[in-house]
Amino acid sequence: MTALYDAIQAERAKYPEGSRSAVLPALRLAQDEHGWLSPDVMREVADALEVTPAFVASIATFYDQFNTEPVGEHLVEVCTNVSCALYGAQQVLESFESDLDCHAGETSADGKVTLRTIECLGGCGWGTIVAVDHRYHLYVKPEDTAAIVEELRAG
Amino acid sequence: MPAEIKELVLADATTSLAEYEATGGYEQLARARAMTPAEVTDVLLESQLRGRGGAFFATGRKWSFVPSKEQIPKPHYLVVNADESEPGSFKDNEILSRVPHRFLEGCLITAHAVDSKGVFVYIRGEYSGPYEVLKAALDEVMKRADLIGDVDIVLHRGAGAYICGEETALIESLEGKRGQPRSKPPFPAISGVYGSPTVVNNVETMATVPPILAIGGEAYAKLGVEDSRGTRVVSVSGHVVNGGNYEIEPGIPLRDLIYAEHLGGGVPDGRRLKAVIPGGSSTVILTGDEIDVGYDFDSLSKLHTAMGSAGVICLDERVCMVQLGVRVSEFYEHESCGKCTPCREGTRWMTAILRRLEAGDATRRELDLLLDVCDRINGKCLCPLGETAAMAVASYVAKFREEFVAHIDQAGCPFGDSSPLDHVLAPVAMHALVPAVEVGA
Repeated sequence: MTALYDAIQAERAKYPEGSRSAVLPALRLAQDEHGWLSPDVMREVADALEVTPAFVASIATFYDQFNTEPVGEHLVEVCTNVSCALYGAQQVLESFESDLDCHAGETSADGKVTLRTIECLGGCGWGTIVAVDHRYHLYVKPEDTAAIVEELRAG
Repeated sequence: MPAEIKELVLADATTSLAEYEATGGYEQLARARAMTPAEVTDVLLESQLRGRGGAFFATGRKWSFVPSKEQIPKPHYLVVNADESEPGSFKDNEILSRVPHRFLEGCLITAHAVDSKGVFVYIRGEYSGPYEVLKAALDEVMKRADLIGDVDIVLHRGAGAYICGEETALIESLEGKRGQPRSKPPFPAISGVYGSPTVVNNVETMATVPPILAIGGEAYAKLGVEDSRGTRVVSVSGHVVNGGNYEIEPGIPLRDLIYAEHLGGGVPDGRRLKAVIPGGSSTVILTGDEIDVGYDFDSLSKLHTAMGSAGVICLDERVCMVQLGVRVSEFYEHESCGKCTPCREGTRWMTAILRRLEAGDATRRELDLLLDVCDRINGKCLCPLGETAAMAVASYVAKFREEFVAHIDQAGCPFGDSSPLDHVLAPVAMHALVPAVEVGA
């Protein structure tokens, strides 16, 4: 059996027997390993959880953090909810679009970075919040985006 | 009442177990365990603590609803709602990051009070930073049999869904399903996670339990004002000089929260305060002239609004209220779980009409239609998501009607691109931009 299978069994052991509670941790583990949840990956998760692939797909498509389509090596998510928008999140987003030469929702041509907008990240007093590979950057201004992109492209 | 910072929850910030214990940490856990569960609940009842998640339900009463194991012979669960996702609210983020052990001590005391050996902390998936702090703190506690006892604490990470902050949707999600609210009753206290009696409490509520035991329920109930006792961690954001979390006694003037130098610090660049969202984006808006009000449950209720999750968002004179409506409506449209038709369809229609208003394409009849759609969501769904969206947007129209009408009369936005909320790309609009996959291509 694969390392992913074993890791999923360890997650299942945390919850009462017969429950499906491990589905979110299992999908997170699978996505961490594969980058996105292809139909094949979802089938692998389904087998490990002893549920149907359709059930796994129903969960994967409900939650925003699961990628059901391929993404770049890195993920840049700009919060554009009210507070961040008041600080100028849209200008930060446009600066990333210009640096990456792609629109929000797309991946840069070199396959390195997927750019997205995201709903409130829970850092409203410290905006604009940008999550770079899930790490929060606080007080981001348009002039800060080039350095972030450069670091991701180098990494 | 002076607008002073009063830290019980955020005091003596440390992520280290040794440092926390050096300032009396985990002493209240030992004291609580020497008491019966009913005695601990009595202290909470005496403190008059109300839940800090937003619904403001009396915590001690919630605990007292859990049936005895003779009545329902099933394990009891404590589920902590760390799914903080309300726009404007970021207090739980700070509490988990700065005082993880106070939070864990509160969880362990509560587990004793509700006779539970199983604790699940449902933490939103985006909170990688707070999760790691909490995980490290829990690892330390797990090594200490005198602290963890026979309690099992599982950190369960969400995966991006605002709706999972609603307690029954959270329970569904924890059970491995799509996060869609349940019909109530039965309430979680009788049948929650895995069909067992379950107490669902917020992060701040948990972190408030140890200080309540430390100072006593009676002393805690002397802080704050009638119906809003103790302290509250308030998130201040938007057009203020000092965005941040401030722990204060409820009842201080909202004006001071925004303008006092050691709190919000006022509106930057001397601009005029136009409006304030007092308790997260789902609450009814206040105009800049309505801030001479106590920041507490009763005072805000009189203005038909609420402390909610204590997220104060300040908006200066440049902000277009129609654009605010668009952005708030887009959020709720995106986060509607799709279970109840009035919310799923209604939030979509709200966004569509608001976008037409902003573009200058709408007629006066459409403004009436917007309010009609809001009215048709209210009270017709299983959970408050759609309803709060409708009430919030309807309040923008009620308090800034002339601005909405101006968009119609001028056939366009009077603010144009000078408002900071002009053409902000929301996720729901971003998804619409992504071209559909061509079948057979």
